[in-house]
Amino acid sequence: MPRVIADGGLCQGYANCIMDAGEIFDLDEDGLVVVLKEEITEDERAQVETAIANCPVSALSLAEE
Amino acid sequence: MTAVVAGASVAGVRTAQALRREGFADDIVLIGAEPDVPYDKPPLSKAALAGTTTIDAIALLTHDDAKQLGVELRLGVPASGLDVPNRRVQLADGTSVGYDQVILATGTRARPSPWEAGSRLHLLRTASDCARLRADMQGAGSILVIGAGFIGSEVAATATKLGLSVTMVDPLPIPMSRIVGAEMGELLASVHDGYDVDRRFGLGVDQVTDDGDQLSVQLTDGSQVRADLAVVGIGVVPNTEWLEDSGLAIDNGVMCDEFCRAEGRTDVFAAGDVARWLHLRHGEHRRVEHWTHACEQAAAVARNICHSDELRAYDPVDYVWSDQYDWRIQMVGHTAEDSTPEIVGDISTGRCAAVYAGPAGELTGAVTVSWPKAMLAVRRQLTAGGATASDALAQIHKLAAPVG
Repeated sequence: MPRVIADGGLCQGYANCIMDAGEIFDLDEDGLVVVLKEEITEDERAQVETAIANCPVSALSLAEE
Repeated sequence: MTAVVAGASVAGVRTAQALRREGFADDIVLIGAEPDVPYDKPPLSKAALAGTTTIDAIALLTHDDAKQLGVELRLGVPASGLDVPNRRVQLADGTSVGYDQVILATGTRARPSPWEAGSRLHLLRTASDCARLRADMQGAGSILVIGAGFIGSEVAATATKLGLSVTMVDPLPIPMSRIVGAEMGELLASVHDGYDVDRRFGLGVDQVTDDGDQLSVQLTDGSQVRADLAVVGIGVVPNTEWLEDSGLAIDNGVMCDEFCRAEGRTDVFAAGDVARWLHLRHGEHRRVEHWTHACEQAAAVARNICHSDELRAYDPVDYVWSDQYDWRIQMVGHTAEDSTPEIVGDISTGRCAAVYAGPAGELTGAVTVSWPKAMLAVRRQLTAGGATASDALAQIHKLAAPVG
């Protein structure tokens, strides 16, 4: 299953990922990205790919496994 | 079938990528005026200007990416005309590319300086503008920023970080007041406090001259500012001149329907800064110059190209950010000059949120400073629809309450 990777060091809290894939991403208390669901299904792929494209600082990626 | 994307900044690149995500299996040609591989623009006033990142590091689409995606890059030659009846994009080198669908994504350029004072006077829009400005800032002691909008404020923040002394001029007494109202405008201006920025707000620029050593700038109150260089950040203008003979409706952007199709056409779309589409949420045609919008509209266009039998209106909740010094400013929805938002928190305590209401108390928008969670709460409520400003404030107060 594809695995979602978020780089908290790059994240600036823009939160576009949460608007695109609210089941997969959230913000923590400091306003930085947390991954709610690391392993995603093929059905969730499209929204995660949109979230990756819409991250202003390219903090998100998908590892194919 | 061939989809041609004219313009290789974020809207154009994201359209090409989204077309593939939507399953578009035919040819995609991406035309870009600049010779560099497509790059991202927000860092040009921040990390790229400060020298903490490079243009290579902010590439939107490398040659390898393009190859992998099956996108043909035509870089370094701008689109110069659109032959709508014959479905061809003409390029400045005399060649042309045929299309079945064309996406107009040529964006905007910096509004030219009304003053002429030679090479010390800068605009900032492209990577080469950024490189030239950065080179001039190195070794300079002082900079004048004309225009205190987002770009001007970001340049000011970067310049102070590089040790330059900064003067900012803006004709409005409270530069952001037109967008966020007076109180929040004051608050946004106060982010410059503590960074030794000489703010000359409420003053225009009468004259700029280069006296050989420095720029000498005369302001409308008769005072003079001297600086080693100046940046003019007074907005942008859409790049639509190349479409003048196309027969398309052009009026401060490419006029489009709610599906982002150029008026009267089913094979011409527009995305990003250049598109003035029927924004249903606002009930009028709007042009929006934000990064997130460019991505979202690109996705909407790609979807409508690939599913032309079930078109979906593009009806986003507008969202924009600006990073200045260590402050993170975020705005969502509609925030008007004449409205009086309710403000939670204070910049002196490190974060705040302003919530904007419509006449019936409905939630219309918010501005936050260094408070992403408050922004997210409002953005979710606006996207879901039906929330009141009180709903939003209740959520924000809950976030503000100490845990436990």
